Amino acid sequence: MTDSADSLKALYQSIVLEHSRSPHNTGRLEEPSTSATGHNPLCGDKITVFVQADGDSLTALKFEATACAICTASASIMTETVDNRSRGAASETIRRTLDAFEHQRNLDDLPGDMAAFAEVCRYPSRVKCATLPWQTLHVALNENTTTTTTE
Amino acid sequence: MTASSESSLSPAVDPLNGHDVRRDFPVLDQQINGNRLAFLDSAASAQRPRPVLEAIAAYEERDHANVHRGVHTLSHRATEAYESARKKVRRFVNAASEREIVFTRGTTEAINLVAATLSQSWTSGDEIIVTELEHHANIVPWQMLADQHGFRLRVLPINNRGELLVEQLPDLINDRTRLLCLAHVSNALGTINPVTECVAMARARNVRTLIDGAQAVPHMPVDVRAVDCDFYAFSGHKMYGPTGIGVLYGRESLMQSLPPWQGGGDMILTVSFSGTTFNELPYRFEAGTPNIAGAIGLGAAIDYLESIGMANVATRESALLKYATDKLTELPGLRLIGTAANKTSVLSFTVEGTHPHDLGTILDHQGVAIRTGHHCAMPVMEHFNIAGTARASLGIYNTTDDIDQLYKGLTKALEMLR
Repeated sequence: MTDSADSLKALYQSIVLEHSRSPHNTGRLEEPSTSATGHNPLCGDKITVFVQADGDSLTALKFEATACAICTASASIMTETVDNRSRGAASETIRRTLDAFEHQRNLDDLPGDMAAFAEVCRYPSRVKCATLPWQTLHVALNENTTTTTTE
Repeated sequence: MTASSESSLSPAVDPLNGHDVRRDFPVLDQQINGNRLAFLDSAASAQRPRPVLEAIAAYEERDHANVHRGVHTLSHRATEAYESARKKVRRFVNAASEREIVFTRGTTEAINLVAATLSQSWTSGDEIIVTELEHHANIVPWQMLADQHGFRLRVLPINNRGELLVEQLPDLINDRTRLLCLAHVSNALGTINPVTECVAMARARNVRTLIDGAQAVPHMPVDVRAVDCDFYAFSGHKMYGPTGIGVLYGRESLMQSLPPWQGGGDMILTVSFSGTTFNELPYRFEAGTPNIAGAIGLGAAIDYLESIGMANVATRESALLKYATDKLTELPGLRLIGTAANKTSVLSFTVEGTHPHDLGTILDHQGVAIRTGHHCAMPVMEHFNIAGTARASLGIYNTTDDIDQLYKGLTKALEMLR
C-alpha cells in the first residue's frame, strides 16, 4: 500500500468514521447555561455547542452540526472528553487540544480519542475541520452566546 | 499522456480532430499521490497552456518596461504588446472599439468599477436587480453600495433546476430600477442564462445591464454586441490566462459619461494644483502601472482559444458534460445540483451520507482535483437547502479519462465513508 493510501486510512480511521456516522450527544439543550455557534467559511460548515453547567462543573454538552466527517467526529469525541469536568479542567483540555493542532506538537498527548485525529495535521485545509468544535466550545465557555469562525 | 486520452471522446463528437489539448498544458503532466492528475477545477481557475507561459516569459525576459510613457525601445515594445492584447480582447468579444476594453484585476474589480462609477448619478431608493444564482462578486458590491446610499436590492429567483425565472423579470423592474446584474453562466450550477433576452427586457425599460461573463468566456463564443449589454466583465485566469488580469467591456457612449474611478498616473492628461484633466477611454479607468505581463498572457490565451475555435470548445465540452452527467448519475445517492436544460461545463453534486469536504480529500488522494464548498454562491446553496456541494468543472483539456477517474474515485470514497 502506498504512503498516500495509508495516510488516508489513518485520517478516516474507524473510530473517526464511527463517530461521524453515529455522533454522540447531538441535539440541543433546552436551557443551556451557555452556547456558541462556529462557522467554517471555507466550506460552509456550521456547529452549535450547548453547555449545561452546575456551579463549576460541566454537567451536559450537546451539539448540532452541518459538517464533514472530521468535524462531526471531533465534536462527538469532544463532548465525551469534556463532559463532567470542571470549567478549569475543560478549559485546560481545550487549550491543550487547540495548541497541539495549531503547532502540530504533542499530538500523542491529545486527550482521549482525539488522538485519532493526529493525521489531520498532514492536511492543512482540514485541520480547521477538527478544531472548529473545540474553538466553538472555547468561545461558549469564555463569552456569552456568540458566533465564531475558523478564519 | 498516451493517445488514448484524446481518442476517449469519439471522433463524432470531438471536433478537435486529434489535437491532444492536454499536452499543451505542462502542469497536467504530473502525478498526484501516485496517480495521474485529473484536474476538474477549471471553474475556480483554469490551467495555462504553454503558449501563454511562453508569451509571459518572452515579455519578462526581453521587452519589459512601463507602458505609455517612455521613448525608448523597451517601452515601445511593452506598449505595443499591451495594446495588442487589448485588440485581441476587443476582437474576441466583438466589442465595437478598443476604447470599450478596460483592463482590470479581474471580474470582481470590473464589477466594483461599475458599482463605484455608475451609481454616482443614482439617488436613495433606486433599485438594483441581481439574481439568486450570482457569484458573491456580483452580490456583495451591490449590497455594500445599497447599504451606503439607501439603494434597494431586488432578486430574480431560480427554479429547482437552477434556471432563472425570467418571466418574473418584468415584474421586478419599475421606474426606480437602475441596473440589472446577471451572470452569463452560473459558476455553481453551470446554468447558461438567457442573457440576450434578459438584456432586451431591461433595455426596453431603460435599465442598464451588467453581465458577469467569467464562466462564459472560456466555454462559448461571446458577442457583447449581440447580447447588447452595457457592461460585460470577465477574468483572465478562468480562460487559460494569468491571474490578476481581467476585463471590463463597457459600451462607449455610456463609458464616456462615467466619472473616473481610481485616480493616479496614466488616467490623466494634465495635472496641476488648480485642477486635473482626465485621459480618454479606456485609459481613464486604468490608473497606475497596469498588469502588463498579465494582459500579454491573456492575449496569448485568446490566441490559443481562437486557434482551437470557441465553437469547437463549446461542442467538445458539451459532449463531455453529457458523458459526465450520464456517468455520475449512475452512482447511487448522487444528486446533481443544477440540472438546467441549457448548461455548460459544471457538475455540482451531493452524495447521500457523505460531506463534500470528505469527498474532496479522498478524491485528491486519487489524483482527482475538484472544488468543495459553497463556491462563493451561498444564496444558491440556501435555495437547495445544502451547506455546499462537490463540484467537478470542465476545461478544454479534460477527457473521458478524467471523468472515469472521478467516477472510480467517488466509488472508492463511498466505500470508505458510508
